[in-house]
Amino acid sequence: MRNTFIICRKELRSYFVSPIAYILLIMFGVIFGFFFWNALGYFVMAGMEMQMRGQAYPMNLNEQIIRPLLSNVAVVGLFFIPMITMRLFAEEKRSGTIELLATSPVRDVEVIIGKWLASLILYACLLLFTAVNFAFLFRYGNPDWKPLLVGYLGLLLQAGALLAIGTFISTLTKNQIIAGAVTFGICILLWVVGWVDYETSNWARVVSYFSVVTHFESFGRGVIALKDGVFYAAVIFFGLFLTARSMESLRWRS
Amino acid sequence: MITVKELTKRYARTTAVDHISFQVDKGHIVGFLGPNGAGKTTTMRMLTCFLPPTAGTATVAGIDVLDKPLEVKKHIGYLPETPPIYPEMSTAEYLNFVGKLKGLSGAELAKRVDYVCERCAVADVKHKLLGKLSKGYRQRVGLAQAVIHNPDVLILDEPTAGLDPKQINETRDLIKSLAGDHTIILSTHILPEVEQTCEQVIIINQGKLVATDSVRNLQARARGAESVLLEVAGRSGSLEPSSVQEKLQRVAGVSRVSLTQQVDSRAVFEVESQKGSLVRGDLARAVVESGWDLNELRPTSMSLEEIFLQLTGREEPVEEAVAGVQA
Repeated sequence: MRNTFIICRKELRSYFVSPIAYILLIMFGVIFGFFFWNALGYFVMAGMEMQMRGQAYPMNLNEQIIRPLLSNVAVVGLFFIPMITMRLFAEEKRSGTIELLATSPVRDVEVIIGKWLASLILYACLLLFTAVNFAFLFRYGNPDWKPLLVGYLGLLLQAGALLAIGTFISTLTKNQIIAGAVTFGICILLWVVGWVDYETSNWARVVSYFSVVTHFESFGRGVIALKDGVFYAAVIFFGLFLTARSMESLRWRS
Repeated sequence: MITVKELTKRYARTTAVDHISFQVDKGHIVGFLGPNGAGKTTTMRMLTCFLPPTAGTATVAGIDVLDKPLEVKKHIGYLPETPPIYPEMSTAEYLNFVGKLKGLSGAELAKRVDYVCERCAVADVKHKLLGKLSKGYRQRVGLAQAVIHNPDVLILDEPTAGLDPKQINETRDLIKSLAGDHTIILSTHILPEVEQTCEQVIIINQGKLVATDSVRNLQARARGAESVLLEVAGRSGSLEPSSVQEKLQRVAGVSRVSLTQQVDSRAVFEVESQKGSLVRGDLARAVVESGWDLNELRPTSMSLEEIFLQLTGREEPVEEAVAGVQA
């Protein structure tokens, strides 16, 4: 536990003393800021049109701004996750510091969870940017905060799952670019497999089940769905399990 | 302190370490010697629990590396070939991080960090980023990292590789000064380093143990095998070196004759004889009886370097010397 914390702190430090964290934060902030501005503009315009027509159309911040924006974050996150995880182990393998970790009295599991946790915390920092935007909605409007919190929970779970996969891939190579590219490919694949849901055959249902983005939908609506939570938890466990196996095999092969 | 029995490491096609056994006593400095690719690093990695052995056992401080790796790791400080440093950390941050990993905390950690900084002469770069340090400093930070938790055993993989002569001397002195408190194994392919710093040598070649002995014994062994330098001149102004070589070779007790230098009708030969046999008289007689002049005959002792080459048999010093003359 103590060791996990030490590793996690060290990883966070190296994210934040290098430009990586700031570049990701700025890029994410700009992209999300644009989404927010766009969604808000559309919302305000739609609202004014309704008024001019004299219709009382129910306007809802949660349904019309927060939910679609959270879905956007779920997809945009896919592009950021490889950049967060690619260096985790690849860098240590390249510079040889992995030997320090492997010959210190710490368990592999502690190292792995520490690193994964650090990547999750960095992702949570990205989400903080969205919270800054949403804060304006709470200042000038009156949205329900519970669905928003559930949405954040869903985003963290989804990111946790993908970060676990990215962590695993980072152990497979010394080359950060390769780790990043493969993780990116898998993230995109795990998104687009959801698009076969127009098919009703069994295999299509199995394939689309693996879409990390579809599992987010219920969270985006503000519903904690147990089956989706279980899916994410299973992927997190599986990803970290593979990472541990991969670390072990490093010892047998290298 | 360290006991290794029949330690073996096999990869898919090659055997990197082949049934090596040796023992290191507490407080000793042991040189692990061998040409590149001999299996030094692999053996060290097995001792540090980085690699599991394929067969055999190794115990450090009485604990088996396979049974309780976590316990073993607490007793070992390890400096890999390239110091495992994070360029974005400062020296102090790095040593704090490693100290915590090794289980230190609080006031004790702060005390040890200060102590190793002083001891390894890196106190003046305490707040500099490791990425900006020179190679010598990085190596010393690597050493500081290895001793931070005051381990019983220090394992240093080529600690002087890639340093300039001054830094090499400083590092060697530092290692020597650490010997009292720790049992040290250091690997190297530089012989003088072993002669200067170590008490015991373990020579391995192609994964196999070639010799393990104290440095003094090895040097004595070196003197036991006699090596004689003799200069022969032809009387009539011409000399066929190959016929002289043949003649000398036939003297009883001679194991090797090599031509080291030839100028006009004079030639210098280096003759190695088997241990315990005195051949100088026989050599002189052989030369004179064949009608040549004997200009010089003088015994030379074999250096550790020659023993090493003899044992590992990688490079042939004879050919090198002849090639040097021709060039």
